[in-house]
Amino acid sequence: MEYIEFESPIRELEEQLKKTKQLQTETGQDLSRTMREIEKSIISTRKDIQKNLSPWQKVQLSRHPSRPYTLAYIQAITNGNFLELHGDRGVKDDKAMVGGWGIIDGESYMLIGQQKGINTKMRQYRNFGMANPEGYRKALRLMKMAEKFNRPVITFIDTPGAFPGLEAEERGQGEAIARNIYEMCALKVPIICIIIGEGASGGALGIGVGDKVLMLENTWYSVISPESCSSILWRNWDHKEQAAKALKLTAEDMLKNKLVDGIIKEPLGGAHVNPEEIFETVKQTIIKTAAKLLETPKNKLIDSRIKKLSKMGVFDE
Amino acid sequence: MGWFKRNKEGITTETKDKKETPEGLWHKCPKCKVIVRQEDHEATFWVCGHCEYHERIDAKEYFSFLFDDGKYQELDSKMRSKDPLEFEDTKKYKERYDSTVKKTGLNDAITTGYGLLHGQAVTIAAMNFSFIGGSMGSVVGEKISRAIQNAVKHKTPFVMISKSGGARMQEAAFSLMQLAKTSAQLTLLSEAGLPYVSILTDPTTGGVTASYAMLGDINIAEPGALIGFAGPRVVKETIGKELPDGFQTSEFVLEHGFLDFIFKRHELKDKLKFFFDCTLQKEETAVAK
Repeated sequence: MEYIEFESPIRELEEQLKKTKQLQTETGQDLSRTMREIEKSIISTRKDIQKNLSPWQKVQLSRHPSRPYTLAYIQAITNGNFLELHGDRGVKDDKAMVGGWGIIDGESYMLIGQQKGINTKMRQYRNFGMANPEGYRKALRLMKMAEKFNRPVITFIDTPGAFPGLEAEERGQGEAIARNIYEMCALKVPIICIIIGEGASGGALGIGVGDKVLMLENTWYSVISPESCSSILWRNWDHKEQAAKALKLTAEDMLKNKLVDGIIKEPLGGAHVNPEEIFETVKQTIIKTAAKLLETPKNKLIDSRIKKLSKMGVFDE
Repeated sequence: MGWFKRNKEGITTETKDKKETPEGLWHKCPKCKVIVRQEDHEATFWVCGHCEYHERIDAKEYFSFLFDDGKYQELDSKMRSKDPLEFEDTKKYKERYDSTVKKTGLNDAITTGYGLLHGQAVTIAAMNFSFIGGSMGSVVGEKISRAIQNAVKHKTPFVMISKSGGARMQEAAFSLMQLAKTSAQLTLLSEAGLPYVSILTDPTTGGVTASYAMLGDINIAEPGALIGFAGPRVVKETIGKELPDGFQTSEFVLEHGFLDFIFKRHELKDKLKFFFDCTLQKEETAVAK
């Protein structure tokens, strides 16, 4: 388990707990009471931390190195019943975007998402979860396949942004994202989007238009990352905490502003503390939400999707 | 050792002694520096007669030559941003906004209008780069959406002239969602079988490229415009080397297959009419009042 700065009280307590356990095995003394005390204070410390998390700290949690990524969710909620599909049929297979058919509780779904790497080598392989145009085009191909077979689409969003590379520009990064947004607005099957980590701008929205857009409790979603926002508006990287606050990018703020449809509660301390628990919560949310959406007639589904989007924006006349 | 020795350091003309061309009378091309009379410059649609540099112009100028006799009905002219996030960076967004309104005489980075183009009723939305870099926030998204609705209602083609640095950061996620909101309206325009022409002008970058600017039945551009998703500076930082010549220009984007053609500004009106004549079904063509 890795820890980030504000988790250091937890690290100390967990180390204490480990030492006490060790001591108990070595000496044969009954230290169960002490251990229970430590466990209790771990929980209360976690509660305290959670209560006082700043927007920037939530951004940090959303990038926690131990946080589960898309394929971990897919493997867990499909119980391994997942058939990964590759390629955009034009250029290549983008490793930063994954997708395929999965079965959850006896029903099939098209599961798509950005994928980050779990170690240095894999992070490079996955291009840090930053998809190229072919990634978005692969996602669109799979969504169209889901439409053909009348099955719901579930997207897992976790990206620091669409890749800003030279080839990405040559192959039309803007067009690829625009096309996905456009097609998703009128896709004839239910779409559920879940932000499981970072929701950075167009890169996120490129697989982020849906009937229900849900954010995990400790994630962020905005038009730009706090760091880039700081560098553009303050002309340096030092105002990221201030930028995180100003952008109103937390799940709570996004729901309050009616830009997402709901929040999925994470285990105490964050998804990384108890992955099994978050997998189960997400699985149950998908089953429940999809069932409801599948009952809605197709034209009504698209109608209300477009109506929902039309209401986003605040202005005076 | 050089051949010539510089005796004095730097440029020695003091700022107060510098000769500036008086505004309003003469126009100096920022590219080739040739000076022409302002009225001649306007007569060539703000394009340099010597080097064909297409100067950045706002909605008002585009409307003056696209609509017949420069006459049109402006839509939603009073709409203004409400600062939903009470955003503050080095300056309060509200203050920045109000001072821009005062300085430019515009209410936001877009103007939308409805009128005749060679006798054909048409709805046009054009962005104003002079308003916070043509950035897209709630007002831009809403006005485009309503312009598209106007096009559907009156069965007119829709023309979008983009000129923007991207989404407006001060409205954060509200800005981001305008990408989806405008795209959603475009699906309805398409369903109504009406033509959509997206015109990309200098510059069209960021979120605008990732939505309506790239979704035209035809995407067309002025020569030499900067067009891209990520800005050139960001791309350069990402790849860690110099960018090739002509990277992210209209010509580059055309070559890579994302534009239908590049036009010179004086040809635009006729080309639009030609496209409408080819695509509009006769019985559906409306005549504006």
